[in-house]
Amino acid sequence: MLDNKISFTLNGKMVEFIGDPLRRLIDTLREDFNLIGVKEGCGEGECGACSVIKDGKLVTSCIIPMGAVNGADIWTIEGIRETELGKIIIEAFADGGAVQCGFCIPGMVLASYVLLKDKENPSELEIREAISGNICRCTGYDLIVESIRLADERRRNA
Amino acid sequence: MAATHIDDKIRRSDALSKARGEAKYVSDYFFEGMLHAQMLRSTEARADIVSINLPVLPDGYYFISAKDIPEQGVNSLHMIGDDWRCFADGDVRYVGETIGLFVGPSPAVVKSLVDNTRVEYRPKESCITIDDAIAVKGGSLLDGKDDDIMCQLYCEKGHDMEEVFKDADMVLTETFETGFQEHVHLETNGAIVTEEGDSYVIYISCQCPFYVRKSVAALLALPLEKVIIRQTTTGGAFGGKEHFPDVLAGPLLVAESRIHKPIKMIFDREEDMEFSVKRHPSKITYKSAIKDGKLIGTLGDIYYNCGAYLSASFVVLQRGVFHANGVYDIPNTRLNGYGMATNTFPSDAFRGFGAPQTLFAIEMHMTHIARKLGIDPADFKKSMFLKKGGETVTNGHVVEEVMLNEMFDNIAKESDYYRKSREFGYGTGRGIGVSFYNHGGAFTGNGEQAIIKAHARLKKTGNKVTIETGSTEMGQGFQTILRKIAASTLAIPMEDVDYPNPDTSVVPDSGPTAASRSTMIVGRIIERCAQEMKQRWGEGDFSVEKEYEHPDGFPWDQSTFRGDAYLGYGWGAAIVEVEIDKRTNEVQVKGIWTSHEIGKAIDELIVHGQINGGVIQSLGYASMEKMENRNGRFKQTSMSDYVIPTSMDFPAQYYHIQENPYPYGPYGAKGMGELVFNGADAAYCDALERAIGKDIFKIPLPPEDIEEALRNA
Repeated sequence: MLDNKISFTLNGKMVEFIGDPLRRLIDTLREDFNLIGVKEGCGEGECGACSVIKDGKLVTSCIIPMGAVNGADIWTIEGIRETELGKIIIEAFADGGAVQCGFCIPGMVLASYVLLKDKENPSELEIREAISGNICRCTGYDLIVESIRLADERRRNA
Repeated sequence: MAATHIDDKIRRSDALSKARGEAKYVSDYFFEGMLHAQMLRSTEARADIVSINLPVLPDGYYFISAKDIPEQGVNSLHMIGDDWRCFADGDVRYVGETIGLFVGPSPAVVKSLVDNTRVEYRPKESCITIDDAIAVKGGSLLDGKDDDIMCQLYCEKGHDMEEVFKDADMVLTETFETGFQEHVHLETNGAIVTEEGDSYVIYISCQCPFYVRKSVAALLALPLEKVIIRQTTTGGAFGGKEHFPDVLAGPLLVAESRIHKPIKMIFDREEDMEFSVKRHPSKITYKSAIKDGKLIGTLGDIYYNCGAYLSASFVVLQRGVFHANGVYDIPNTRLNGYGMATNTFPSDAFRGFGAPQTLFAIEMHMTHIARKLGIDPADFKKSMFLKKGGETVTNGHVVEEVMLNEMFDNIAKESDYYRKSREFGYGTGRGIGVSFYNHGGAFTGNGEQAIIKAHARLKKTGNKVTIETGSTEMGQGFQTILRKIAASTLAIPMEDVDYPNPDTSVVPDSGPTAASRSTMIVGRIIERCAQEMKQRWGEGDFSVEKEYEHPDGFPWDQSTFRGDAYLGYGWGAAIVEVEIDKRTNEVQVKGIWTSHEIGKAIDELIVHGQINGGVIQSLGYASMEKMENRNGRFKQTSMSDYVIPTSMDFPAQYYHIQENPYPYGPYGAKGMGELVFNGADAAYCDALERAIGKDIFKIPLPPEDIEEALRNA
């Protein structure tokens, strides 16, 4: 197989990947770039633990081949946690009791970020829809929903 | 910084590192020269192994099996029994049983070695269901026995049941069934083994590091201290990482003794679903005597499907039997429990540990009796509540004031229960249901005193304190709870208390992180350590270690199962409202109201999160989580087949916490982690059967099964 050169933006920096275009994005992020905040929960795009932001949209990196990443703008938790909105969301998750085992949480933070960056004062239904692709087995979701609301409130009052 | 008070609103100590993606789970560890392992597993439920035909192993690749266990070692994973083998040898007893381990540098090559190994079997007739096991299908699975009863017990109180039935106005016999449930901790099982000096070190996602150590050391005939277990940040467990990590750690340890390089094994989701322990399926029959509008006696036959090996099944069954009369004072009872051996993957611990099955059955049974008597189920159940000092099914007594009436009043008002109960009626497509439940805290009987003998320690260095215990954080919040207990007892800021993940070479054995015992038992030990440390604070750097102290007045005889089975119970009440689309049988939950009495909430936000999560798991169990076993193989092997609740499936919950300080727990706290799983399922089913106008005897009930229930009724 021919190794391809794939260039993309990762957490705001241009990077290159040379290798199998069928390699999963999650493996590249975790193993080549040491971005361990990207979690593998199911390997089939069902649970959302491996969520990243690709060109502004929430995607599951376990079902994206590197070939589909050429020229893309990719953000992981490691980048989002340094942004203003990312920090607000993370602080709100901590204050609001959103975090239990934590395995789904980086993905949840990214889902919240994608919602809140375009939307002020979302309804409960909009929040629930925004995280509906992210499975959490611990919390029953209520405190995650509340924490996203808290983040929105703080962001609007900031 | 100010000293932390027990009622302060605080932040979980692990929240930021987890939310920032910095917390390291076992899959996030990488060691120099690390190899990867994958199991070769049985594809047959019951068979003799005729031959194992391995592909040619490339250089640097290994196949490890029973023959690699040294002569002085034993091929067994010591749990409560010794029957679960590290490697199948000569025969296999369930689909997925470990036959061997392939190890090498490339995961892809290791996988191809597994795929290209041909195991030749001589299959035997397998036994999969409880009914198969009752019929001893294929002959007994148990050495030297002619039935498949792996474990059994009974409890009785009051008069002989024959006499009680003669005295009854009405006798009602009903059978209930519950299914497998998969834990689906978001982090799959995984472990890494390596060496340090002359010791083996296992990094592992687990609830009970000392269980792992005890389970695997004898494989290599090692003294316990030569195997060091380091718990890694654990991404959910729910009982699925109580004994099951032993099944990964054992083969890895044997491999390490041959290979001497770091070896990592992380299950992918399909493996973790198809080849891991599950909640015990059950079949429970109650024959009840009713007289003058009261339930005067129950005869219960309780069958649990234990799978091929004992693991924790006998203890699970005991808890099931001890909870089989629910929260009710039924004067006469005989409860027979049978744990059945089958050729399914061994069943094991799952939040609730045997109690949810019988509690579901008794709640539905009580609901059905109420309906036959023409009384609102809530009123009938309320008329039968246990009270303080009341006799339990093990001839023990209820220690605490039972506050179920106050708790029900709270949620009945919030939910407008009585109006809705009257207005919705039966078969109108709308329903509101109610359930009551409890959960005995900590180990059954005198287990804490006789078996566990937990230790915990506080170490003072300057003005900082470190908690040293074998108890683990798996998401339930224990590292925060224990810091809060220590800090507020010492009157220092929580930030000055550290609590690293346990390492068995450093911390004392505090018993397993299971059985809703951590806050109640280990929390109390740490509280006592902190009380002494506070007195001696000026003495410089020192440690205080304490052992569990059993309170007086809780007699227990483990040979007859008589006495106080638990040191105290948590109590719960749940109301669920549903609406069903009569064309599609899609059920919409319109409201969830719960009240829980847990002594005292050490941290309300953490307790709130536990309640929400436990209730949703229970609703998933009742409504959607269907795991079928066909010929020994689980049919649902991915998160797209085995559906667990998303954020869209259930509405926000109303919750109420009833304070009722418990004298033997830290700050009055009792266990709560399992209690909150134990009852929403029955409230949901009560609501659903009112909506569809048909009785329910079986969970889970996804829409297609509701259709079947309607047709069969």
